[in-house]
This record gives sequence, structure tokens and C-alpha cells, in this order.
Amino acid sequence: MNEQLTIHEAHGLLKAKKLSSVELTKACLERIKEVEPKLKALVSTTEELAISQAQKADQRIAKGDIGPLTGIPVVLKDVLCTRGIKTTCSSKMLENFIPPYDATAVEKLNDCGAVTVGKANMDEFAMGSSTEHSAFFPTHNPWDLDRVPGGSSGGSAVAVAADECIFSLGSDTGGSIRQPAGFCSVVGMKPTYGRVSRYGLVAFASSLDQIGPLTKDVTDCALVMNAIAGFDNRDSTSVPEPTPDYTKCLNGDLKGLKLGVPKEYFVKGMQPEVEKALKDAIGKLEELGAKVDWEVSLPSTPNALAVYYIIAPSEASANLARYDGVKYGFSYKDTDSMWEAMEKTRQFGFGEEVKRRIMLGTYALSAGYYDAYYLKAQKVRTLIRREFDQAFKKYDALVTPTSPTVPFKIGEKLDDPVQMYLSDVCTLPINIAGVPGISIPAGFSNGLPIGMQFIGKPFGEETILKVAHAYEQATEWHKMRAEI
Amino acid sequence: MLHIARLARLGLTEEDVDRLREQLSNILENFEILQQVDTTDVPPTAQSIPLQNVTKDDQTKPSLPQEQILANAPRKDGEYFRVKAVLE
Repeated sequence: MNEQLTIHEAHGLLKAKKLSSVELTKACLERIKEVEPKLKALVSTTEELAISQAQKADQRIAKGDIGPLTGIPVVLKDVLCTRGIKTTCSSKMLENFIPPYDATAVEKLNDCGAVTVGKANMDEFAMGSSTEHSAFFPTHNPWDLDRVPGGSSGGSAVAVAADECIFSLGSDTGGSIRQPAGFCSVVGMKPTYGRVSRYGLVAFASSLDQIGPLTKDVTDCALVMNAIAGFDNRDSTSVPEPTPDYTKCLNGDLKGLKLGVPKEYFVKGMQPEVEKALKDAIGKLEELGAKVDWEVSLPSTPNALAVYYIIAPSEASANLARYDGVKYGFSYKDTDSMWEAMEKTRQFGFGEEVKRRIMLGTYALSAGYYDAYYLKAQKVRTLIRREFDQAFKKYDALVTPTSPTVPFKIGEKLDDPVQMYLSDVCTLPINIAGVPGISIPAGFSNGLPIGMQFIGKPFGEETILKVAHAYEQATEWHKMRAEI
Repeated sequence: MLHIARLARLGLTEEDVDRLREQLSNILENFEILQQVDTTDVPPTAQSIPLQNVTKDDQTKPSLPQEQILANAPRKDGEYFRVKAVLE
């Protein structure tokens, strides 16, 4: 049962010496053995490393050297570089890639004494919304094994929801932390662009990618943010802003707080039960003292999907040019021609969705189309950001559904890219604007989770954590566990 | 299609080309919506933070050892990456 603990609960027991990190780590490893055959959330389990890290954590704790994450088991999305441990991006291209260094976020967790128990499955190179685009296997949603967990950080969300770890890290380019958090009924945050260093995060779309936590409650989210946020001179887009103690704002006081509900996020095709759950949840926030404006308009929202699916693939097509079969990764060797080797390396190393996006991005950037697609998208990006800036002059935070639907069936959208892309319609404007967003559990429909998203102003993580925490404390959703 | 695939150095089968042609034109149709947006005098946004010209102090420090850099190389020759002949 120890694996069900939150970070702050486990920390209390570790500090009081009622539980050791080795015991806690073994509980998670046991749980992994029990549920992994059904869920397939992990690409690899790092048992040996975990036990040795847990032993070291116990030694630190014995000396009284204990921080909030010391001795706490974590799962890392397999897009985060881990020194000496395979980092595959769930791609055949990197199936055997062993990074020579740690990502900054990983290094920070290691310094805190966190214990890595495994690496999480994902859509290949983080491109997807269901974790079905993993080159290895799809991951199953613990609330209904026939359904997707969302994506691309599906493995990270499932590992937390199914208690295979105490918390996890994911990455979010268009909703890849928040949408699976919503689908699996856990907490997931995408910080402001520039808040968490991207050093060692395998690049997908560099102007949109951010690393963030997936946790069992909002307090844990704040604790992980305390550990991973902050300036890093190895990432030139890391912002030298001071990092607050994110737990300080969790005081439950919503009196006078102004919340806006942008009507464009209640899109056509939204499931009525999702809409109802959201309206009930927002009503609850009013009861808790927040002043809610139900009629906010962000008119550029319907353009965000097109902007995203031009900008993200364009950046991806440039970022993924590095996979040439020469320096690392899969390499096609059965030819003497350099160009053929390169083309075949990429033909056999990349999966279908990755190829689709490389083609899309290359097209949008190519001579004759650059102005009509890429430059146009960048201009509309400015309009989207301006609307957020305007809204935040009036409201402290915005509240929306995380996704228009509950988790869909495995296979349901696999052959229809446009339908798949639409499942991120509520999350991707946030990446385009570079502002922070958090998804928290907000109910169920026929046993399937529904997520609520709060959006904050740039570097306004504290406000959305505060609102999320107040709602969580007034409800029971975050305590519910799937029967697997 | 083949021109774009060549620009991306992406080998595609005939089946790939057929499938992608249909899917991409579908996706591109959904982008038409942007042509109706008035962006007169709107500057483009390449990234969302106000940083410009980020530089680092010029400090010397050891780089990663050669053997670590070569550890993942598909083909190597001593202390070099081995590549196919560029000039034929």
C-alpha cells in the first residue's frame, strides 16, 4: 500500500523513520511487476539503479539530510536524457541510445535524492496524443484497459495513476502532460516556457517544449516544481527569473480571485458529460469564493490548431534532421551510397506519425510556401499571445476543459490524423502563447476521467496552483484509484 | 511529395507516398482557415519569451571524453566517426 502514498505523505513517514526509501522503492517495483503486463506504461525498469539510489537516500536520511524528494521513487519520460541509461524516445531510431549526460531536470532530481524506478513509454519523439505512436507498444489506460491514456506522456501519467511510482516527469509541446493527466485522473503541469531547463530533453519543437511534473495531488506538483524550476545557463531559453516556493501559495483562499471561462474552449463536438462536469466544477470554484466570468472570449482560439500543426512540425523537421545514422542511433548499413544510407536510415528508423510531421514541416518551410504557411502561422501566433495578455489584465487565471472528450478507444483515431490532432484543441493554445497550464481531476463519466485546466499568466504558476489546490481540497476526485 | 521527401532525406515507399498524399492534403485543408485571418502589421512570433541575444561567459572547461562521444556511433574507426564516401 506504500506505493499509493503522495510525495508529502511518504516524506512524512521517511522523516519519522517509519518507512525507508528501500521499502518504498521495493513497493513500487513490486507494483510495477504486478500491473505492467496489463498497462505497459514503462519502456524500461531501472531496478538495480533504484535500489542503489534508495540505499543512498536512506543513508542521507539517517544523517538527517532529507529534502521533500529524498528517497521518493520517480518515473521519467523516455525523452529525458539519463546518463548511462537507455533513452529511446519510444523510437526505433534511438532504441539503443545511451546518453553520456543527464538532463538538467534529472540532475536536479538526483541531487534531491529522488529514486529512478523506470522510464516511461510515449508517442515516438513526443508526437501524438494517445501513446499509440510508440514504436514499441501502446500503453493502456488504468481506468479502462481498452482505452488510450492520452499522450504523448501517456506512460508517465499511467505510472502515477497506477501507483507504479510516487510521481513522474513528462514533457509538453501541445498538451502532452496535461491531456494524459486529464485522461488518467492525475495532476499534470506545463510550466511557463523558459521556467524549467530543456537541457537534455530530446528536442521536438524547441519554441514549445517544456518539462513538467505529473503527480497524485497539487501539493506534490508544487514540490516537484520547487525541485526542477530555475535558470540554467545550458539552455539559452531558460529565463533568469527568481523561483518562488510553490507550496507557499497553497492556502485555499480564493476570495476575490477573478477567473475567466473562455467560451471558445467549449468546442463543437465536446461531449455533453465533459461540459457538464466542467460547469459543475467551475460552480464549485464560485462557491469557494472565486469571481467567475462565464463569458470571456478569446476569438483566435479556433486558429490555434492550424498554427500549432504548422509551427510544431516545422521545428520538428529541423530538429530531427540530426538523425542521419552517423553519430548515434539506428543506421542503415546495407549500401555504399551516403544519400541512400541516410534516406533508408530515416525510412526505417522513424515511425509513421514522425514521418508525417517531418513531411508537413518540410513542406511548410519550403521555398514558395514559407510565407503562406510558416510565416503566417507565426503572425497568428502573435495574435493568440496578445489575446492571452489582454485576458490576464482582467483575470487572475482562465479555466477550461483539458480535453473535449473522455479517453477514447485504442485504435479509434489512429488512421485519422486530423481527429487525433483535435484531442489537443484545448491544450495547445497554451504552448503557442508560452503561458503555464495545469490539469487536475474534475470528475468522471461512466468511470472515465475528466480533467479541468487552469491557465495562468507568464510565470504565474503560483496562481494556478493555488486555484487547483483549493478545488482539490474541496473535492474527492484525486483520491479515487482505478481497479486494475 | 517526392520533392519534399527528398528535401527531408526521407525514404518513402510507393504506399507511403499514396497514403501521405491523401493525409497531408487533408491536414493542409484544415490550415486554410489561417488565410482568412487579417495579419496586416502583425509581427511574427518565433518564441514566447522576451530574451534576446543570450550569450555565455567564455569559460574553458573540459568537454565530454572522446570515448563517450563515440560510444553510440554506429560505425567508428579509432577516434573517428566512420561515414560513407561523400564524393563518389
